[in-house]
Amino acid sequence: MGIIADIEKKHLRTDLPEFRAGDTVSVHYNIKEGERRRIQVFEGTVIARKGSGFRETFTVRKVSYGIGVERIFPLHSPLIGKIEVKRKGRVRRAKLYYLRGLSKKASRIRERTS
Amino acid sequence: MIQGLIGRKRGMTEFFNEDMVKVVTTVVEAGPCFVVSKKTKDSDGYDAVQLGFGSVKPQRLTHPMKGHFAKAGVNPTARLKEFSATVDDYEVGDVVKVDIFNVGDVLDVTAKSKGKGFAGTIKRYNFSRQPMSHGGMAHRRPGSIGQASSPAKVWKGLKMPGRMGGKKVTVQGVKVVDIDVEKNLLFVKGSVPGPVGGTVFLQHTSKGAKDA
Repeated sequence: MGIIADIEKKHLRTDLPEFRAGDTVSVHYNIKEGERRRIQVFEGTVIARKGSGFRETFTVRKVSYGIGVERIFPLHSPLIGKIEVKRKGRVRRAKLYYLRGLSKKASRIRERTS
Repeated sequence: MIQGLIGRKRGMTEFFNEDMVKVVTTVVEAGPCFVVSKKTKDSDGYDAVQLGFGSVKPQRLTHPMKGHFAKAGVNPTARLKEFSATVDDYEVGDVVKVDIFNVGDVLDVTAKSKGKGFAGTIKRYNFSRQPMSHGGMAHRRPGSIGQASSPAKVWKGLKMPGRMGGKKVTVQGVKVVDIDVEKNLLFVKGSVPGPVGGTVFLQHTSKGAKDA
């Protein structure tokens, strides 16, 4: 499917930093409220990156007032203003769904130093 | 002015439009098509232009077809189809490209659907399933197919299992969202019948858009 990959290539975003599951990121996301646009910052742990090419998405999890909140962002969405990598985590899985069942203390992730 | 074009389905993709909403599109390689022959009201009773698309090895053609292409002076094409057109605008041998369509145009797309083989009534006619448990043993069966001594037969045309797909299907009201004239690509919103690589016929719609 060379032709589809070629078409998608021009829509890919190359300005975003590298990050992987386990990293803590803050996503600056443009949201529309009626007529106004504002930037909402969603900070949390990346627990999964899914898909490839233009369709790639990533899931960010945070615990807000004791409630676990997860948001899935399309990686190449033009609505993402920027992504800041706050902390690199050392994990042994690509998908960190096991964090959902853990308490705050048990869900801590070691820092990656490389 | 010509009403349609022949193309080839190349796959599906998606992108964000100006409103930053994801739009799912089908990529169709539309044209270039060649005018192989013309039909006129005087000689044939209607106005149309026959277009050819794709290429075929000459040894695959029958002699009459070889003559047909030789007369037009165009390389043999794999597909031929007539489209209604204002005949005076076209000469035999002309190239018709995807630029006959514009972004925002509404099309009818015709293609041969994917063959599904021998399919039951649930897949073929959207029948409902019967109980999988609680004593029900009919599961995916069609249920009753009629009454008893009157009419004492099964009505013709009753929906029953059988071959599904592999038929000509037309999807009406398909919107053009992007055009790449250089690469002969047409991007239409939503899906289009048939497999990737299948031939599709694109025509200006006879009705309105599916969503206004």
